Amino acid sequence: MDFGLSEEQVLLKDTIRRYLETECPPTRVRAIMENPSGHDPDLWHGLAQLGVPGLRIPVEHGGSGLELLDAALAAEELGSACTPGPFLACALASEALIAAGNREAAARWLPAIAQGTSIVTLALGEDGDQWDAAQLATRVRGGALIGRKPLVAYGEIADAILVAAQDDDGPGLWLVERGAPGLAVTTQRTTDMTRRVAAVTLEGAPGARIATGRAAIDRARDAGLVLLAADAYGGARRCLEMTVRYVLTREQFGQPIGGFQGVKHQLADLATELDPALSLWWYAAHAHDRIRDRSARHAAIAKAHLTDLFDRVARVTTELHGGIGFTWEYDLHLWFRRSVFDRSFLGEAGYHRARAAELAGW
Amino acid sequence: MNLSYSAEYEQFRAEVRRFLAEHWTGEDAAATISDPTTVAALGGAVRTDARATAFRLKAIERGYLYRHVPRRYGGSEQPPDPLKATIIGEEFRNAKAPGEVVGQGASMLVPTLLEHGTEAQKERFIHGTLLGKIRWCQGYSEPGAGSDLASLKTRAVLDGDHWVVNGQKIWTSNAKDAEWMFALVRTEPDQPRHDGISYLLIEMTTPGLDVRPLRQMTGDADFNEVFFDNARVPVENLVGRRGQGWVVSRSTLKHERALIGGSHLTRRAFDGLVMLAQALDVRGQPAIKDPVIRDRLVELEARLLANEYQGYRLLTMSARGEEPGLAGMVMKLSSTSLGYDIAKLAMDVMGDRGLLAPGEASAPAMGMFGTAYMWSLGVLIAGGAANIQRNIIAERGLGLPRDARK
Repeated sequence: MDFGLSEEQVLLKDTIRRYLETECPPTRVRAIMENPSGHDPDLWHGLAQLGVPGLRIPVEHGGSGLELLDAALAAEELGSACTPGPFLACALASEALIAAGNREAAARWLPAIAQGTSIVTLALGEDGDQWDAAQLATRVRGGALIGRKPLVAYGEIADAILVAAQDDDGPGLWLVERGAPGLAVTTQRTTDMTRRVAAVTLEGAPGARIATGRAAIDRARDAGLVLLAADAYGGARRCLEMTVRYVLTREQFGQPIGGFQGVKHQLADLATELDPALSLWWYAAHAHDRIRDRSARHAAIAKAHLTDLFDRVARVTTELHGGIGFTWEYDLHLWFRRSVFDRSFLGEAGYHRARAAELAGW
Repeated sequence: MNLSYSAEYEQFRAEVRRFLAEHWTGEDAAATISDPTTVAALGGAVRTDARATAFRLKAIERGYLYRHVPRRYGGSEQPPDPLKATIIGEEFRNAKAPGEVVGQGASMLVPTLLEHGTEAQKERFIHGTLLGKIRWCQGYSEPGAGSDLASLKTRAVLDGDHWVVNGQKIWTSNAKDAEWMFALVRTEPDQPRHDGISYLLIEMTTPGLDVRPLRQMTGDADFNEVFFDNARVPVENLVGRRGQGWVVSRSTLKHERALIGGSHLTRRAFDGLVMLAQALDVRGQPAIKDPVIRDRLVELEARLLANEYQGYRLLTMSARGEEPGLAGMVMKLSSTSLGYDIAKLAMDVMGDRGLLAPGEASAPAMGMFGTAYMWSLGVLIAGGAANIQRNIIAERGLGLPRDARK
């Protein structure tokens, strides 16, 4: 019985944190979010050297073959540093490739994702806030895909897109390579400028089937939910730390504002909600690999709870800063914006709570 | 991370089960109290009859109860092991067997005596308290000293070999049943606040001591006021030194604590709420089919699961010898506010039927949730009001400045 991190996991977290402290301070976050792609190949290459994109990828394909908890610990640190880039996009794609069990596609793409030399993403959600694999409108006929995917993470820089679609046999996954005829990728501006989404239109684009059925899609989606929960926890923790530091130094009425009970109690309430929530996403991540019959429901509950919480923490901590918190210059809004992505992407909190109720048989 | 127990601990669990199967059987196990609220959740722990006492003695002999208390005072004197303590707690609860006696005597007085008591006090009080033979109430709060306990005014003046006590205590649970009270009284009127307080053991039959029930908002009287009018207490009943009562009262269990299962009462309340929502129809369909109710249920479940898994985390920290820090400080506020919100949703699930009084035949679940709704407020206040918890979290957990205090 041990519900804690191993020495290796603590080391992994510390290594990523230290790397991001020096290589990805808010000044660099801002530089990356101002560039058109929202992606910095040098930073991504550095993270790849630490093994970040390959944590979940099997050893035979050049990764570390670790569990979702390890990837979620990385996501926590990336969220804490507000790190821009395609981590989640590649994690969704590699999770789908691993679950699909298509050896040829796995051998072609997983090593390149692990090395950071290829960006692969997953195109799942469709118009009308539709994230359910059984409800997809994108169709496949004779190996050609027709449909629209309005919110594809880092679709613009992806070398390949795994498209969740349906043919006569039901849902499945098809791989469409960059530059394929009939594939149009349109850049969009996002509230969270550290994670980009493109609109992808498929008008007869050729795709290679890599999975039949919804299992691989669901597995990737569930892993994504846990990674978003971990990112949200990391971001919320950072907002709280920044704010505690701020209220200890900002003086009004002749004293640090952190001495006022109104301020103390708001921060105490946030800490009271946030601290136990760590255990919720730890458990959800652990369940993904080790307690499979609980994993889907826990992923949904963790995503809904943690992203709601990130939203609340980001809003209250901004409020506690007063005017400075509302400026572009002060960094807090980077995390405020990041919470918007965590909350909305892969379906918002209410949708996943409804799913959790359904999965409980209520 | 590994949520299964090692072979050594699984073997220990099997031993505990065998012991329970052998010694707590048949009618004992079946004769549990059917009250669906707190009492049922505590199972056999509240029983102190002869059967329960005989069982407890065997369990102590085997090393299952009072593991931090030396054998010579009636404990089982085991090396600290939070995993074993957790397994024992789980198995005893499942078997509805008498565990450690629930109450402020075993949880607060015994650790205090172990740390500060004289040999005579330990021998006189600990064993009987552990078996529920000596029952205790706590004399801390006063009408003018609630959150600011150090401003208490009940005074004790030395007169020969007795302390003469005058004043009033309030919110005293169990004062009607208790044989003894452990109290904080002011013995050094010249000393400031904390420094003038002593820790005194007072027999409830002492002449000049008067217990009056205090009726709370639920309509029942679970608390009391206790008045002292020249009540004479022998000097040997002082615990620790004169004026050291504040420090003496801070003694806690330092050895081990069963950390999983701390939220089992909240789990019961939540499971009860789900059953209520499944059983009650609202406008032609079970309440649980209502999208708003479902959303709120999952929101509460997320907080409950977080607290349960936080129990695993605290247990692991304890087993590894790590300090829990902030993680330990937030649990009271987190679980009491969750209990409050569970009770609130139960009221909403009942809809218009929620207005029926507890005990009314046509009230859902006999109005149990209405009582729980009021009690959830009491729990928020008892043992350190929520705003005091927030101060502790902000000051000791987050490192913010202390409140201005006179």
